[in-house]
Amino acid sequence: MKKYVSAPVRKRDAMALVTGQPVYTSDLLPAHCLTVKLLRSPHASALIKSIRTDTAKKVPGIACILTWEDVPTARFTQAGQTYPEPSPYDRLILDRRIRCEGDPVAIVAGENEQAVDTALRMIKVEYEVLEPILDFTKALDNPILVHPEEDFKALCDVGADNKRNLCCCGVNEEGDVEKELAECDIIIDQTYHTLSNSQAMMETFRTFTQLDAFGRLQVTSSTQVPFHVRRILSNALQIPKSRIRVIKPRIGGGFGAKQSAVSEVYPAIVTMKTGRPAAIEYTRTESMTNGSPRHEMQIHIRLGADKEGNIRAIDLYTLSNAGAYGEHGPTTVGLSGHKSIPLYGTPRAYRFAWDVVYSNTMSGGAYRGYGATQGIFALETAVNELAAKLNMDPCKLREKNMVKQGQVMPAYYGELLQSCTLDKCLEKAKAMIDWDNKYPARQLENGHIRSVGVAMAMQGSAISNVDIGSAEIRLTDEGFYIMLIGATDMGTGCDTILAQMAADCLDCDLERISVQGVDTDQSPYDCGSYASSTTYLTGMAVIKTCEQIREKIVAQGAAMLKLSPDEVEFDGKAVRSLTTGEQVTLPEIGYASLSGAYPVISACVSHTSPVSPPPFMAGIAEIDLDPETGKVELVDYAAAVDCGTVINTNLARVQTEGGLVQGIGMTLSEDIQYSAKGNLRNRNFMQYKIPTRLDAGKLRVEFESSYEPTGPFGAKSIGELVINTPAPAITNAIYNATGLQFRKLPITSEQIAMGLLKKEK
Amino acid sequence: MFRAKQYLLAQSLEEAYAANQKRTATVVGGMCWLKMSNRQIQTLIDLSALGLDTITRTDEGFSIGAMVTLRQLETDAVLNETFQNAFADAVRPIVGVQFRNCATIGGSVWGRFGFSDVIAVLLALKAKVELYPTGVVELDDFLQMPYDNQILVRILVPFTAKKAAVQSHRNTATDFPVLVAVASELADGSLRLVAGARPQKAALVNTTLTAQSSAEEIEQQLENGLQQMAFCSNMRGSAEYRRHLAKVLLKRAIAQLKEGTANAD
Amino acid sequence: MQIELKLNGRVCKADVSPDMRLLDFVREQGCASVKCGCDTSNCGLCTLWLDGKPVLSCSVLAVRANGHEVTTLEGLQADAAEFGAFLSDEGAEQCGYCSPGFIMNVLAMVKELPDPTEEQIQHYLAGNLCRCSGYQGQLRAIRKYLLAKQEGKL
Repeated sequence: MKKYVSAPVRKRDAMALVTGQPVYTSDLLPAHCLTVKLLRSPHASALIKSIRTDTAKKVPGIACILTWEDVPTARFTQAGQTYPEPSPYDRLILDRRIRCEGDPVAIVAGENEQAVDTALRMIKVEYEVLEPILDFTKALDNPILVHPEEDFKALCDVGADNKRNLCCCGVNEEGDVEKELAECDIIIDQTYHTLSNSQAMMETFRTFTQLDAFGRLQVTSSTQVPFHVRRILSNALQIPKSRIRVIKPRIGGGFGAKQSAVSEVYPAIVTMKTGRPAAIEYTRTESMTNGSPRHEMQIHIRLGADKEGNIRAIDLYTLSNAGAYGEHGPTTVGLSGHKSIPLYGTPRAYRFAWDVVYSNTMSGGAYRGYGATQGIFALETAVNELAAKLNMDPCKLREKNMVKQGQVMPAYYGELLQSCTLDKCLEKAKAMIDWDNKYPARQLENGHIRSVGVAMAMQGSAISNVDIGSAEIRLTDEGFYIMLIGATDMGTGCDTILAQMAADCLDCDLERISVQGVDTDQSPYDCGSYASSTTYLTGMAVIKTCEQIREKIVAQGAAMLKLSPDEVEFDGKAVRSLTTGEQVTLPEIGYASLSGAYPVISACVSHTSPVSPPPFMAGIAEIDLDPETGKVELVDYAAAVDCGTVINTNLARVQTEGGLVQGIGMTLSEDIQYSAKGNLRNRNFMQYKIPTRLDAGKLRVEFESSYEPTGPFGAKSIGELVINTPAPAITNAIYNATGLQFRKLPITSEQIAMGLLKKEK
Repeated sequence: MFRAKQYLLAQSLEEAYAANQKRTATVVGGMCWLKMSNRQIQTLIDLSALGLDTITRTDEGFSIGAMVTLRQLETDAVLNETFQNAFADAVRPIVGVQFRNCATIGGSVWGRFGFSDVIAVLLALKAKVELYPTGVVELDDFLQMPYDNQILVRILVPFTAKKAAVQSHRNTATDFPVLVAVASELADGSLRLVAGARPQKAALVNTTLTAQSSAEEIEQQLENGLQQMAFCSNMRGSAEYRRHLAKVLLKRAIAQLKEGTANAD
Repeated sequence: MQIELKLNGRVCKADVSPDMRLLDFVREQGCASVKCGCDTSNCGLCTLWLDGKPVLSCSVLAVRANGHEVTTLEGLQADAAEFGAFLSDEGAEQCGYCSPGFIMNVLAMVKELPDPTEEQIQHYLAGNLCRCSGYQGQLRAIRKYLLAKQEGKL
């Protein structure tokens, strides 16, 4: 029997996508759908004194204009998280108080775009413009409050205090950090800073809504979290969940952006008010200014070691900028410490403390890496600084200190590390790039400098004890299977990956498994695709479901043969007697199960995990640096990944390559600048520069698979991990080329060239 | 996106000019820039039917119609052979092939944008601008003129320069330049040096350098010339960095002129 | 305004407003492969052919296509499937949202440069952004596709 796991299987939907079939949200709009747009605030902080919509409402074709007076008054969060959400309930659909540029002021719906545009221009708003708090390092206990409201609500005890601009705070430690640091020979004491990068998925946020034949709200949305969207809409609209159905079509990329319900509430409230189908499509600018970007973080590290390079203590404090609203604020910050510190197994003590503060800047959200990216940039750069101070090869320093399989990780909730080939990953990456010959740098004849830089990374695989994945499989007539899943394929290929697992478990051809994407009325509950959970968690649910359905098939087949289940075997095609070879085929079993003679054969199992086994990787960048212009070109990037068993070799490779490119953009070009009044300046692809294929360089990916006993076929996650190494590795390569140590991203050519000029003087 | 009530496919320059006398009218070039405005336009004037989409070699030089696309500038073999590939080098980093198949030289020049790679190379080649109805003006002068209601018809590139070399620095490969530097060598051996994306409009660097100047002379004159030149800061770079880049890139452009081949970088 | 053009080989007459983008026009005509990804002519998602040349349909007025030939992926299904198979075999289509515009430009490139160098490929396609980002996988697919063509296998 052909096996699908660990093979380069083509994605099931690939040919539809490459031939341009109409499978995305905007391709499926119902007829006579209202166009919905938002009037957005130009101010970063203001109160709406008055808002006049009477003339705008008279524009021909306008169906409805809503202001803060027309929306429910219960606060909610847009964060797609398991209930009770750690993110505070701090939002209204429309609020009288404006907390960041672009906060919605009015919702306008009309028969066509022109009518809506005309009406938008005719709405008269009088603002009381307030002084914003834009510098998040000054937000805590600032007299300017972002959320002064009395009905601010935190469902979980995350240390939120809106009267202090505090979204969340906490501390976590083991051992006596101060004592250990006092005994260290060398301490790196530095602060690192990363910006609120945008996911910039090619399909912007978009949703359409309609009432179905039963008067229920049917929502079709480009989302990673259909089941959470159902709850968020229930909270926002104050209607029962039973009246809402959410459908996810194909998605043009997510990267975490669509783990927040950014666009859903607006057409939903229009449909509820008018009874009409309604659609919203965010422009690229809206996606940039009012999406759900990575949290800006400033991370202070004290890293202590002895003279031999044994790391003894790590003290890490993260100040995270929630921006205007708290979506994912309390959770992303956790990963900045919990998924960086455990890379090292040698410290005798660690402390991780955090504050997440509100400010009048873009509201943060979930972006691939989810805080780990920021923490790993900081810690890995500190480790590279330590190596420089010790005059030690940074790979050797890591070999000495890295975490190893079998260790307990105190900073990772005390989990036992059951699978880890990080040592092999580093060895492989070194060999791929020829580290020993290339480290640290060499001068080329044209004056350029070639150098290398290194970093390691980890992530998790699902949120332990919180996330739930499920699968339902039905045997049908003709003996093919329908697999229903609630995990959301957003181009990542989970519809294919999960089918590969099912095909192997059921010993059948992949074509015999029809996968259906997400519809909250049909699919079994799944928290959605985020937190690197789908392959690991929903994959296990698939395996368990397959086990159950196999038992049922065997039981029925045995009954049809008048034997007991232990007297038969099932090879995927037929159930046959172990003694006589007499058999009933799967189609026969399928037909019989639908004829009343036997029960219908289906199984639905959910899975949750008490652990979140980390995948690991090592990344080494080789750069070409032009010292006169400061230009950095990525010559080569060697990545060696331990994601446990690789389920789909092609998809794991492109995931890795894609994560690397996003990491490269974050490091070298994706800048976020605000005007003095708090207006975002990098608000479109003209000003927010994601890498083109000419900027991405050559990427090489190898796998060093461990075997994770708690994962499906030994698999761990891969989706997020792969964005984490470029920032520290390239920063290290730039240091090795120039001696300039950068601690804030992005690192521009200007900073390098001017830094070198200053150094010469 | 702008809104427009009428569309006029002009049948003659006179008709285009007459329609353009209203403030609410606009000539549409490649539309890449215009589409980003939110203007309410009464009449869009299209020059597509006027045969201004060709590059012609004459006895004096090249005559380039206003509707010639940046992609034509890039792929025209004769034009690029004549000026040592300068046009191809100048436009190739501009966004992408599809963009360059839309954007026109007329739009680039009419806009008089500071970031324009095209203007920088044209200025180094002593190009002229043919306007309707006033006639031909030097590009130098055109750049200083206020935006008026004339129609830009053609760009004329004389054979005054023997060759040119273009160097630019960009934060990503297809972004606007942080700085663009162009050097051309005129028939008398003198060098004409242009710095663009300062980020103000491209302008000449004041030197007396020739193809024979020594490295020391180049260094010194560039230092002096660039000190007299205004540079500013914007999102893409500081004035100080631009001044530094101008020197580095002009030196490279001069070297490239001498080598006669495009610098790989 | 009345326009008449050839869309994917068939004559198409329509009444359009002077400011309608070609992008919106072809989508209204059922060519859903053409996507809008930005407001600034930067992304390449809306790439289609105007008289056989790749252009950004977000930056072309529908009226300007009057009397011309417009081709979208809907009109190149066999070519799309042929090259798309190579892309799919690398997994490099990923979310697929940039794929139609990207493939339109790949097919334009192959018409123009039958045997492109790697540098020519990367430059020709630089205006097609892919955030997933399948750049490396796309390059592998193009190389294998060109090789198969040269070997007469396609």
